[in-house]
Order: sequence, then C-alpha cells, then structure tokens
Amino acid sequence: MYKMVEAKINGITVEVKEGTTVMEAAKKVQIKIPTLCKHPDLPPSAACGLCIVKVKGSNKMLRACCTPLEDKMEITTNDPDIVEVRKTVLELILSNHPNDCLKCGRNGNCELQSMASDFGIREDVFRKFLRDIPIDSTTGTIVLEPPKCILCGRCIEVCQNMQNVWALSFLERGLDTRISPAGDIKLSESPCVKCGQCSAHCPTGAIFEKDDTQLVWDALKNQDKYCVIQIAPAVRVAIGEAFGVVGKNLTKKLYALFRRLGFKAVFDTNFGADVTIMEEASEFAERLIHKKGELPLITSCCPSWVDFMEKFHSDMINHFSTCKSPHEIVGTLSKTYYAKKNGIDPAKIYMVSIMPCTSKKYEITRSDEMFASGFQDIDVAITTRELARMIKQAGIDFMNLPDEEADSLLGDYTGAGVIFGATGGVMEAALRTAYNFITGKELEDVNFVKTRGLEFIKEAEIDINGTKIKIAVAHGLSHVEEVLDRVRQAKKEGREIPYHFIEVMACPGGCVGGGGQPYNVTDSLRLKRAAAIYQDDKDKAIRCSHNNPYVQKLYKDFLGKPLGEQAHKLCHTEYKARPIYIR
Amino acid sequence: MQKKIIYLRDTDSAQQDRINDFYTLFSNELRDANLQEPVQLVKIADIGLYEKGITVKILPENIVYSGIKNTDVKRIVEETIKGNKIIKELLYEKKSKQMRAVLKNCGYIDPESLEDYIAAGGYKALIKVLLEMKPENVVEELKKSGLRGRGGAGYPTWMKWNFARGMNSPEKYVICNGDEGDPGAYMDRSVLEGDPHSVLEGMIIAGYTIGSSKGYFYIRAEYPLAVERVQKAIDQAVSAGLLGNNILGSNFNFELEIRLGAGAFVCGEETALIASIEGKRGTPHPRPPYPSVKGLWGKPTIINNVETLANIPKLIAGGGAKFASVGTEKSKGTKVFALTGKVKNSGLVEVPMGITLREIIFDIGGGILNNRAIKAVQTGGPSGGVIPQEFLDTPVDYENLSKLGSIMGSGGMIAIDETDCLVDLAKFYLKFCVDESCGKCAPCRLGGYQLLRILEKISEGNGELEDLNKLKKISYAMQKASLCGLGQSASNPVFSTIRYFEDEYKKHIVEKKCQAGKCKALIYFKIHPQKCKKCGLCMKNCPSSAILGSREAGYVIDPQKCIKCGVCFDVCKFKAVMKE
Repeated sequence: MYKMVEAKINGITVEVKEGTTVMEAAKKVQIKIPTLCKHPDLPPSAACGLCIVKVKGSNKMLRACCTPLEDKMEITTNDPDIVEVRKTVLELILSNHPNDCLKCGRNGNCELQSMASDFGIREDVFRKFLRDIPIDSTTGTIVLEPPKCILCGRCIEVCQNMQNVWALSFLERGLDTRISPAGDIKLSESPCVKCGQCSAHCPTGAIFEKDDTQLVWDALKNQDKYCVIQIAPAVRVAIGEAFGVVGKNLTKKLYALFRRLGFKAVFDTNFGADVTIMEEASEFAERLIHKKGELPLITSCCPSWVDFMEKFHSDMINHFSTCKSPHEIVGTLSKTYYAKKNGIDPAKIYMVSIMPCTSKKYEITRSDEMFASGFQDIDVAITTRELARMIKQAGIDFMNLPDEEADSLLGDYTGAGVIFGATGGVMEAALRTAYNFITGKELEDVNFVKTRGLEFIKEAEIDINGTKIKIAVAHGLSHVEEVLDRVRQAKKEGREIPYHFIEVMACPGGCVGGGGQPYNVTDSLRLKRAAAIYQDDKDKAIRCSHNNPYVQKLYKDFLGKPLGEQAHKLCHTEYKARPIYIR
Repeated sequence: MQKKIIYLRDTDSAQQDRINDFYTLFSNELRDANLQEPVQLVKIADIGLYEKGITVKILPENIVYSGIKNTDVKRIVEETIKGNKIIKELLYEKKSKQMRAVLKNCGYIDPESLEDYIAAGGYKALIKVLLEMKPENVVEELKKSGLRGRGGAGYPTWMKWNFARGMNSPEKYVICNGDEGDPGAYMDRSVLEGDPHSVLEGMIIAGYTIGSSKGYFYIRAEYPLAVERVQKAIDQAVSAGLLGNNILGSNFNFELEIRLGAGAFVCGEETALIASIEGKRGTPHPRPPYPSVKGLWGKPTIINNVETLANIPKLIAGGGAKFASVGTEKSKGTKVFALTGKVKNSGLVEVPMGITLREIIFDIGGGILNNRAIKAVQTGGPSGGVIPQEFLDTPVDYENLSKLGSIMGSGGMIAIDETDCLVDLAKFYLKFCVDESCGKCAPCRLGGYQLLRILEKISEGNGELEDLNKLKKISYAMQKASLCGLGQSASNPVFSTIRYFEDEYKKHIVEKKCQAGKCKALIYFKIHPQKCKKCGLCMKNCPSSAILGSREAGYVIDPQKCIKCGVCFDVCKFKAVMKE
C-alpha cells in the first residue's frame, strides 16, 4: 500500500502517491508546467530550469520536474514573477540557439520553438552566441547537430541508461559542454547502434534522422525507375499521429497514398514477416528436433540489436537466427521473384522501405547479403517521420483517402506478420508456426498473451509435443543483457539453458516505439500503437504465417523449401564480431 | 640540534634599500659573535607581516621580532642567537582577537607525527566516544554545541548526522569534502596539511555516530602535500589501531580512503562530489533525495567540510556546551577566514563567531594597505557578495552575512579599498563561475556568460542603462532557476555590487568613468605640461612608443598608441603623469 500525500497546487487540492513529482501531480489537476528537458518517457534530468515553481514557506523556487510533492505543500506554478524568470531562462537558452527554424527539420514540431511561441518571444534579448561544432552525419542514419543542442540530456539518458550503449555523452564543461561520443570521435566510430531513440526524444533539431526523402522524390521522378514500396507493421499505427489521430491502423490509406505518390507497386513488410517466420520457425524446429545449431535461438530482425550483438555480445553469434529481417526479404524478392513473375528488369526496380526505425538505413548496406538479389535489395529506407513530411509536401489529404489493397505476390499478410511491430510479436508469430512445424497440428488458441505488454523481460512456457519450450522476450537494450547473462551463466555452470527461444527488440515497446516514429512517445502511446496492431491481427482471417496462400505460392513457385538452397541464398545473412570503437 | 636560520625582511612598503644595511649589520654581528654553530641569514620576500618595520624570524624556535632598530641587532645576536633568550620587548605580538581552535595545532605540531597529535590531546575524543558514548549521545553533544557546516550553507551538523544515523542501511558512508576551490581560500588546505589527524579523528567519530564503516577523503589534486600528509596520517592510524577493524577494542570498524578531485570547482557541491567519487561526470543532481538518505552508491552518506570535521574532536572532548559558549545565538564556535585583499596582514585568521568585520580587518588585519580608505569587504568567495564599509560593525555570523546579501561561504574574506573597482570585481568572480559552471543547467551556464558579457561591455565603456536591468534580470533568474548552489549563487557578486554600488555602475555607464582606475578602457593618461620636468623617463619606459616629444619640447601621450599599462604613471618622479 502506497502512502498518499495531499497538497495544494494553485489552491487546488491534489492527492497523489508519495514520491510523485510536483510536475506529475500538477498534470492531474490540469496544470501544465513548462519544461524543455523533462520527457514524459524519461526520468528528470533537471537541466533546463523552466519548470520552477514556488512553495509556500520558502523563498527559493523549486524544480517541479524533480521535486517530490510533500504532504501539505502549497505550490504556486504560475505568477508574474515565475513567468518572468521562466521567460528569462528561455531567452538565455535562445541566445545560444541558432535562429534557423525555417530550414530546420524540426520546424513546426520543435519543443523549443513552440515554447518560444508560447512565451511570446519576439526578439533576441541577449546577445546571440552560437557554438561552432561540426555536424556529424557519419552513421548515415542519424545526424548530430550540436549547435542546436540545448543540453537537456535526454539523448544521453536514452543512450546510456535506456539502451546501455553509451555512444553519447557530455563532453567538456560550462559553455563548452556538448553532446558527443566520448573522446570526441565520430558517431560512426562509436558504439552507436543507430537505434535513433536519441532522435525520437530530442526536443530540438540537434539529433535528427538523416533525411532521405529527396532520394525518394528523385526516384519517383525518374522515368527509368520502377518504384515499389513497402511499409513496416509499426508505421501504419503511428503515422496517424502526424495528422492528429492516435492508435489507428491506417494500412489501407497508406496503400492508396503510395499509388497517388506514383509507386508502381505497393508491398507490405508484413508479407516479408510471414516469410521470416517460415524460415525462423524452421530454424527453431531444426535446432530443437535435429539439434542442428545452438539453442536458445535468438531473433535477428532488429538491426540495432544485431549491431549491438555484433559489438558487445559476439559470443552469441551462434545463437542468432540467420534469417534476414522482413523488409530485406521483401526487397530481395521484389528484385527476383516479383521481377521475374512480372517481366520487369530488376535493375530498374527502386525499392523504398517505410520503417519506424533509423537503423534500417544502416541495415540496407550492412553486409553482402543485403545485395542478395544482385542489386541493393532496398534502395532507400525512410522513417515514419520522413513519410509524414512527404505526405504533407505532396499535398494529399491523407486522412480522407479511400481504402485500397496492396499488390499481390508481396502484399498479403497474416495476423502473425503484423504483430512483428510490437514487442513479443515475433515470438508469438514464430510459435504459431513452429508449433505446426513440430507437431503437424494447428494451435487451437493462437494468442500468446504472456509475450504481450511492456514488461521489459517477459518469460513464458509453451508445451509443444510434450516438450516445455521456455521463451523470453526482451526489449530496450539495457534489459537484454540480463537475459543473455542468464544464458551465459547457465552455460558456464553446465546447467540446463533457461530458454529455448529469445526475442529481442532494441527499442522499448518494440518497433511501435522505434527511433523513427513520431515524437513524444510514452508507454501509454506505445500501448495504443500496439493495441492497433493486435486488433489488426485479431481481424485477420489467417493468423499463422504458414497459412498465408501467397507465402505458400512463393515457396512452391520460387523458394523451394524453407532453409532450402534458394531460400538460404536470398533470405539469410551472416554475422561477425565488430569492434565497439573504430580507431 | 637544528641549524639556526634568521629570516630578514623589511615589512614597510614605503622604505627602500634599508634591508641591505640590516643584512650587513647582522652579518657583522654574527661574525663578531664567534658562534660555534654557523647561522644562516636569509633575506626573504615575505614573512607574513606587513607594515611592521624590520622583522626577523629565528628558526627553529620560530621567534619573531618586529620593529627592529639598528641598535637591536647586537642584542638579538648576543641574547637570542648566542644566549637562547627571548627579548620580550621586541617580540611581535599576535593579535589576541583571534581564537585558535581548529588551527590550534597547525604550525605547532609535526603534522606527520601521530605522537605529536596525541601529545597535543589528540584522539582523546575518539576514545571518549568509543568507550563512553552511544551514537545518540554524540548527536546530542553536537546539538548542544550548535555546530553548523563550515562549507558554506551552515546546515546544522547534528541534523545531517542524525538523518544518516536514522537510516536503516547496512552500508553508509562518511565523506570529507576537501575540494576547496574558492580563489584565495586555503583554510582546508592548512588544516589538512597542518593537522591531518584532527580531521581523521572527526571522520572516525562521524562514522561511529551514523553507523558507517567506510569514509572517503575527497581532496583536490592540486593539494599534493595535503594528500601526502592525509595518506600518512591514515597509514599511521591504521598501524596504531585507530582505523581498521575493532578500533580500540570497541567492535567498531572503520576504514578511510582518499579520492582525488580533478580540478572542477563544482565537485565541491555535494551531489557532484558523490558523482565524482562514483567515477561519473561531476555534475550536481536534484535534491531530494538528500545524500543523508541516498548518497554515495545510493547509500546514506554524510558529507562534511574539512573545517567542520576538524571541529569535532575538540567539541567532543570539551563538551557541546563549552563549544556553544563561543559565538552568537545561532552561530557557534570559531570560523577560519582567509583574509586577503588590501589588508596589511593577510593570512588565515580564526575568530569567534560574532566578531565584527571591523575587528577582523583592522585589529587582526592591521587595517588597509597604505592607510587608504576601505570601501567594502567581500566574503564567501565567488558565491558571496560585498559588504560596504558602513556595515563593518556587523557581527559575523551566518544570518547577518546573508541579510547583507553575502554569505559566510567557506571563509574567504577580501578587503576592498578605494583603488578597487566593483564592476571589475564582479567581473572577476563571474569569470570564475563561468569557467567553473558544469554546464548542466541553462540558467547558470548561459546566464553567467551573458552577465559576463554585459559587465565587459560596461567596463569597456559601451554600457547602456538598460544593461543594469538586464544584469538584475539575469541575476534573479539564475538565483531562482539554477539547480545547485553554484548556479544559484553565481550571480551574487553582481547582485550585491549593484545593490550597494549602483552609482559606481552608473558612473561607468553614463559618465564612462572608472574612479578606481581599474577599467582600462575608461582611463586616460596625460602628461601635465607644468609639472613635467622633461626628464624623458616616461618615454624611455613606454613599451608601446606612445610617448612623443623631446627634452626640449616636452612630452605628450598619443592616445591611439597608449595601451594604458600605467608604466609612465609609475615611473614619473614628479607626478606629472595623470590618470583620469
């Protein structure tokens, strides 16, 4: 039982759990306290100094973001004095921030910009001084622009504590303080795994996804190109947020949109997910029954996770599913299977992936296997946020588009394919099919609710043919290591390995919380996006990948058997240990 | 027997060349005295006394004679050097207004000798605590004593200890904050270097009281001798069974370790200090949770300043009531100040709380150099403020200083006279704070910088009246919106100088004049043609060839070339060069 505290905020009585901050408590009584550093998704860093409030009995002002509400406190969140101080602090922050709004990627959705607007800033009160620190775009996925940084510390909290990657840190002190990889190296030489969570949490344009939309426009303009497109599962339930709609599945409007933008064929990454499951479930069955390869099998469709593993946990390479990620599979198949079936020159196919993820920009050239079709399988990967900008640029009333269907061969998906977008989804989809592969029977209830939800490490046991299959699902890279350590420990002590199958997603919540998704993500938003995904699964007539008729046709007409020669050539990849730091 | 050394120094600034005569006198007398052991005679550059005439210090006895006349030399050699007798009437009398408690042993015992410390009454308090007292009794004594933290904020020490004592945790920590960083302050350094065992003893008692078995000395790396001596003291205490397991058979275990600060001023702030010990970036964190609840490695921790801890042994040995008999109603005991600036006798002084600023400056410090007029006193280091001369009779304690817009701080005290410019002073401190801001929070990082820019603008003669409002606006925002003490107080020098010396700012801004002659852009040198004797010395010495003319025509200064170094002003023997 929690202890409750009762206090007054602006004269309004509020009762909250002990430990609740003044800022959170104020929210409960419809009072919004301004802040630039506190993100609802993260612990307070207490950097910006805007959230100051007054407490009766003290002549100090306290920071609402990190001050716990105490019993009988009387808080004032707003009076002319407080507003004056806040405005001064904001003016100070602006004195160190370029007035580049018109050409900044965050124009229109920048937290600093809207704060300046709220406070009616009309002039540079203090003398402007800007920092001259070079832009770092070396990863090709996210771009670091330190002069725009307000040092809120969110990216560092995310990179160090949420993701345990420690690519970003503060360097120097005082006015020279800046965000940078330690040792002032380039981001591409740092441990950065390109998850992009920093860019999704940045309040300004200081960390921004590398904008590849122009590449897409150029391709669409080019008459020689046969432009095709695919969307990832998590994109369809988040893109609406850019248009004011939360938690809505907009798959069919997206299909219509792509045709209006000029794409010749519209595919769905979910189809690729179904293929991934065919391969991965086969791999699992092979390892479980025929003992070919090590258990636990660990999923590999998250490129940041792959990068993280190759850098920090390369001893686990043998456990990794060699299966490529769904969009890579669709990419390969579009330039082989689809091209062949439709008599199109694969050299002319230009494949665009719409992803919730910044890391996919890295994945498309990660290794030789990403060129399995003989061409670069995916020509460009853009994020949900980039797509939103394209829609607005194209002048399409997106929300009122009619519903359309995807193009066949690589467009029809099952319920198993779509749940890839949420944490636990890949595991659930794989189990639905693995059960069939091992037992030859269909599951009566395909819903594995134990793998759903936002608990960081989820464990479950499933009985397959009398074998208790133990699984674990982890998301958020800082939580993955705990699971891996359990495996290592068991190996070292010669005990039975605690798991047969592990799913890992780098981003908290899985792809719905991806680093390329719309801003302001919180757990409640992650759950809403995930709910829309599970609804799509529930609404599907076919919910297991192996029952997808187009998948069956693909194997029959083209790939042969799962794990077969052709499948192996096109749908699998390899891993190698990579240095954490490149010097 | 140690070799005798005579240090010789003319402490009067006005006299010249007198010292050489005395040197000869002493050498002759020493030679004539037919001494068995050779005596070394040294002219030294500073003897720690000012305006006290010819002064000698005789080692190893440490006898100081001041105001010596020619006729005294023979007596000194005969009676003191040869006869080992002290000549009372020549002895330099120490001002009695000081009260040495914390500094009692400094300079009197060998800081590297545990035996010396014990002989001076050391570790008696620890024995008393371990054998006779329960932790709650120690807290009780502290409460009676009214001891408050000497690091700056003046938080009651007993409360801090009691919080930590009440926490239910198997691990707790005691930290000694020796990250003294205020410019010109060296109170902690002197204690750590001169009496390390007293701080050790304070820490062990603290550990016993709160139930901790591990303590850290956090000492800045710029204090190598302090580090060396503290380490030596720790080693000695371990060998003597005063540290380690089962101390003095009491079942109490305690160990100590040194951690070096890497030169960041902000690491004196307790949450930043903890981060630094943990190996993290030294930036402050929001409080609560306070360290006494969740501190080092997330465990209850008390952090006390060196001087606070050094007070503990005497406080316990003599009892809290005795400690409380010194001082004012709310500020008890003594306080060490580093007295500097335009005062005749600069140095460390330890005074009872409640003494007036005037007593410190004039009775102990001997007044202002060259007998100029005092303008103000700056206390509290870069986070402090100025107190104008009309408040010199204020008794020094935490409350009074803060009422006047300054702070006790860790004990910096700078006398400011009419040749000091307050705008320049504010600029100096601000520059320090801007350099030392950790950069974490916007009001401090950016506010300090903007303040500095405005002050520079004013001192360069480009100030506008609107700038005064900006200064006030930023200072207020920094005070209210900064996270830690450094940021909250970084604007104090600006605030307090404007509070008391707004006119001086206005003179800079409106009349473009710096009366003290400190702000170079606002001063001009001119040669007064009537006073000039056409000697040409100014031209010869001018480093920028800004002085034109000849012995026939006289000299003028070319303002375009003049770099306002003031050399001409200093070298002119006829006061013909004027500064305005």
